Amino acid sequence: MTSSSRNPILITASRLLAPFIQLFALYVIFHGHFGPGGGFQGGAMLAASILMLRLSVGAERSELKFRKSWGTPVGALGAMIFAGTGLLTLLLGGRFLEYHFLPLPDLSRAELHSAGILLIEVGVSLAVMAVLVTIYDDIMEGPGGN
Amino acid sequence: MRKISLVALALFGALLLYASSGLPGHGDPDGASHRQQSPAGSPVAAAHYIRHAQGDAASPNIVTVVLADYRGFDTLGETIVVLTAGLVCYLILRRSP
Repeated sequence: MTSSSRNPILITASRLLAPFIQLFALYVIFHGHFGPGGGFQGGAMLAASILMLRLSVGAERSELKFRKSWGTPVGALGAMIFAGTGLLTLLLGGRFLEYHFLPLPDLSRAELHSAGILLIEVGVSLAVMAVLVTIYDDIMEGPGGN
Repeated sequence: MRKISLVALALFGALLLYASSGLPGHGDPDGASHRQQSPAGSPVAAAHYIRHAQGDAASPNIVTVVLADYRGFDTLGETIVVLTAGLVCYLILRRSP
């Protein structure tokens, strides 16, 4: 999108909306234990807020929020948080993803499982967000893009 | 052709509506998916999850517990699939500098 076609209403509205969408996405991720939601949905909403900025204020300025070069590393980091949680429980004597072997003090067995679920939800949401954003960036940068 | 497909669509929709009238109600304890034994006499897994999800993971959302705890390995696979899709897009579409 060229700078001449930018619409100040769109820019202002999307800049105002983006933090609230991200806040609600964090709510969806961290409230996934108690209501509808979880890593996949929250990650998609985080990606939606960043893609909205990509579309409205342009690639250069929206890179202040999420750089194009971060997509693949953050996606890999999310998958590594997930697999790392499993490997941690494996190293500490349990089976893969057996959360009550996590090294967190003063938590009951059920609460440890709850904490483990939260850890992997964070990993899933990071991976989904980064991959959705990076697919958009790849298409825009790709052989047929600008 | 267009008329035939419209009639087929309407018939199929009517069939789906008719079939949905036979589904158990929302949260019906006598529903087929909530039975402890299948018609063949084997135990049904869903009853175990419904009974133990909250006690096992201190989370009232059974869907989250099944997704991330009982079947966490499956969710790891899903995440890897998403990541692989992103990596493939990166490799195919991103121009080399």
